[in-house]
Amino acid sequence: MNDQLVELSRIQFGLTAMYHFLFVPLTLGLSILLAIMESVYVMTGRPIWRDMTRYWGILFGINFALGVATGLTMEFQFGTNWAYYSQYVGDIFGVPLAIEGLSAFFLEATLVGLFFFGWDRLSKLGHLVVTWAVGIATNLSALWILIANGWMQNPVGAHFNPNSMRMELTSFRAVFFNPVAQAKFVHTVSAGYVTGAVFVMAVSAYFLLRGRNIEFAKRSMAVAASFGLAATLSVIVLGDESGYTASENQKMKIAAIEAMWQTEPAPASFTAFGFPDLKHHETHMAVRVPWLLGLIATRSYDTEVPGIENLVAAAQNRIRSGMLAYGALVQVRHDPANQAARATLAAHANDLGYGLLLKRYTAKVTDATPAQIVQASWDTVPNVPALFWAFRFMVAIGIVLLGFFTYSFFSVSQHLKAGPKWFLYLAICMLPLPWISSELGWFVAENGRQPWTIDGVLPTFLSTSSITAGDVWISLIGFIVFYTTLAAVEMYLMVKYIRLGPDEHKSVEPMPVLTLPIISPESVL
Amino acid sequence: MNLLDYENMRVIWWLLLGVLLIGFAIMDGFDLGTAILHPFVGRNDAERRITLNTVGPVWEGNQVWLILGAGAIFAAWPVIYAVAFSGFYLAMIVVLFALILRPVGFKYRSKMPGPRWRATWDWLLFAGGSVPALILGVAVGNALLGVPFRFDDTLRLDYEGTFFGLLRPFPLLCGLVSVAMLTMHGATWLGIKAAEPVAGRARKIGSFAAFAMVLLFALGGFWVIRIDGYQTIGFYAHDLDSNPLGASVAMVQGAWLSNYARQPWMLLAPVIGIAGGLLAAWGLAQKHHGVAFAASALALTGVISTAGLSMFPFLLPSSLDPGSSLTVWNASSSHLTLVIMLIAVVVFLPIVLAYTGFAYRVLRGRVTTEQVNRERSSY
Repeated sequence: MNDQLVELSRIQFGLTAMYHFLFVPLTLGLSILLAIMESVYVMTGRPIWRDMTRYWGILFGINFALGVATGLTMEFQFGTNWAYYSQYVGDIFGVPLAIEGLSAFFLEATLVGLFFFGWDRLSKLGHLVVTWAVGIATNLSALWILIANGWMQNPVGAHFNPNSMRMELTSFRAVFFNPVAQAKFVHTVSAGYVTGAVFVMAVSAYFLLRGRNIEFAKRSMAVAASFGLAATLSVIVLGDESGYTASENQKMKIAAIEAMWQTEPAPASFTAFGFPDLKHHETHMAVRVPWLLGLIATRSYDTEVPGIENLVAAAQNRIRSGMLAYGALVQVRHDPANQAARATLAAHANDLGYGLLLKRYTAKVTDATPAQIVQASWDTVPNVPALFWAFRFMVAIGIVLLGFFTYSFFSVSQHLKAGPKWFLYLAICMLPLPWISSELGWFVAENGRQPWTIDGVLPTFLSTSSITAGDVWISLIGFIVFYTTLAAVEMYLMVKYIRLGPDEHKSVEPMPVLTLPIISPESVL
Repeated sequence: MNLLDYENMRVIWWLLLGVLLIGFAIMDGFDLGTAILHPFVGRNDAERRITLNTVGPVWEGNQVWLILGAGAIFAAWPVIYAVAFSGFYLAMIVVLFALILRPVGFKYRSKMPGPRWRATWDWLLFAGGSVPALILGVAVGNALLGVPFRFDDTLRLDYEGTFFGLLRPFPLLCGLVSVAMLTMHGATWLGIKAAEPVAGRARKIGSFAAFAMVLLFALGGFWVIRIDGYQTIGFYAHDLDSNPLGASVAMVQGAWLSNYARQPWMLLAPVIGIAGGLLAAWGLAQKHHGVAFAASALALTGVISTAGLSMFPFLLPSSLDPGSSLTVWNASSSHLTLVIMLIAVVVFLPIVLAYTGFAYRVLRGRVTTEQVNRERSSY
């Protein structure tokens, strides 16, 4: 295996996914906020609420375009950079992606044009329906994407078919109702709502500090503060739900996040702080909260949460079983009529992925030495310190935002006050936090899934395309240059339109009189 | 025989693949064509904003045809997705960058007043339209010639082509057909939606593009007589688990025409392609804009169907190892996946068409400078 190709492919996918997710949460949050604001407009008939919908809609639009454009990259990359993955699990993984396009993204993308251009062409109620449809479809999109992602974390409803040499669907219902996917969905869209709410709070605070658009900004804050408080509570509660499901399906991820090297007697303590030591398998200067982890992860006080060393020992057994599966698979591929080999494969098929982990050390798999098995079993441990810290920063941000929104809700929004100056500055300082915690959350979820692309089924290093590292260097540098430029343009326009504020959009910018390089059809033909 | 048995499901999904690709060509195709025409049909900023705003409210929905098309290949023909996207790696990355430029260009061009800013985006939009049109055509041309790949025992791909290896004469011709076709299609759209003088200039270029498309397409038809097509040999099971290894396939000169000898009705496809192109040219010249657009859509349908029917049952033949060729019978998803995806299409596609129709009805009418200035959301 070409390690450089694998690393570059991972870096490219990780960077483009994180870039994509700079835009997605704001789309998720603002689309619902727009629908709420417009509902107030239709119910009260007060034009200020329409102006709010339109102004936040402009900022939504600038953000939406890049979200759509960078989403295309994500879809393409499964084929371009993870071709073996695509052929190995496309039978299952492709289904939610295709249905996302059919059932959700089509609706969202078709109607978003009517949201912008339909104000004078649709009735008040008609336009409101369009806005809600965009918001709901945006969220449905997220549902299908997270069903696909949830399947990578917890591959249910599928089996391995040696004839086609891939995973195939056995139960769509199981894939759809995958508990990991459902918990992730609510956690992720709630994080999007928080992002939308913080964005509206911060921009409104900017107007208030400038002493302009006071009524506009106060009302926007009122909506954002209550929406943000509800969303933050939902993120934290459903994050806890994600923790619970992760412990069922991805015990190793939880153990790594907690840097829990050995199984503790139940209920396990939660390590609030410490320095994980990879070499000696211990965590220095650990500050432990007794009982907490056991209660969160197992919802009981007498079930053990397994530690990393114990899970590695279990992985060794699965690798040995996977070697048998792989050996039988090779026989079946050469002689499809070999019933004995088929029976062996069927008995050990669930561990086939663990056998594939050995491909890093021996192409033949079945001839692995005990030392190689131990090596492969330690590969199942993700990057402990990175997960440990990323998780703690994410949670810390969640708690800070909960405090912020609680204060906002009770002191500011209820009385439609502008709030004290320090609060307005604080609101602006909050602006980057939801993005940082969203990115950290994805890092924990996806880096914690390593070394697998499909948990327990397909190792990451086997999932890449048969392309050269040079190819990926070219595309990776292209992405970095291209995306950085786009980000600069996007930020520039965003800041410009925030500075212009709601009043400046009563009319479009005066069209400049300019001459462009003229190419007439006559000169072309 | 069960209507939903594996063999039939594979044929149905082959047809649906065609429907989705044709849907993409018709709906997103006029966006691409409009972007190609954009710098040529508008001579000043006001005129260029007319062009932009004919597609401004609808490009997002249209682009989903591409996203859905790719998603459907991923789900229904996963191994095709894997081979085509990774085999044409750099070409796909270029297409991707061009496709990203397009929405960004729509959104951002008119947000700043500077002439240099806007002129830059005008040319980037041109690239965003012409590059995907060209490369997608070139990709189809390469599929017709066969692509240099094979599989090992675990279905890991070995691809021996290069980026410049894609740019052979025949695929380039296919790329030009594609560019001419979408330029024609964009012109018929501008004929319906744009105010004068933009529509008039589009009509002129559009008629020219329609004739070019017809000529190049016919030239391709004659060229195919000379190139090696692919044929399955002997009995070829249609309902086994998908396993693209060791098929009996031969390369035979002119084999892409053999389907027409067996099933003469298939000749309808190229005939519709050519007749549609001519009718579109006539409609543009006579200012029958609705006729021109419908004829252009027919031409697209005919041309794309021609490629699909000529190759059936092949989807992506291998020139390196014909036995690794991907066909309708060995490259599909499992039976259950095909059935579930069919249910999703039957349920959702009519709904999609309904609200798409609704959106276009709400947005009906020509885009004029007066309207561009009045609308706050104008691009």
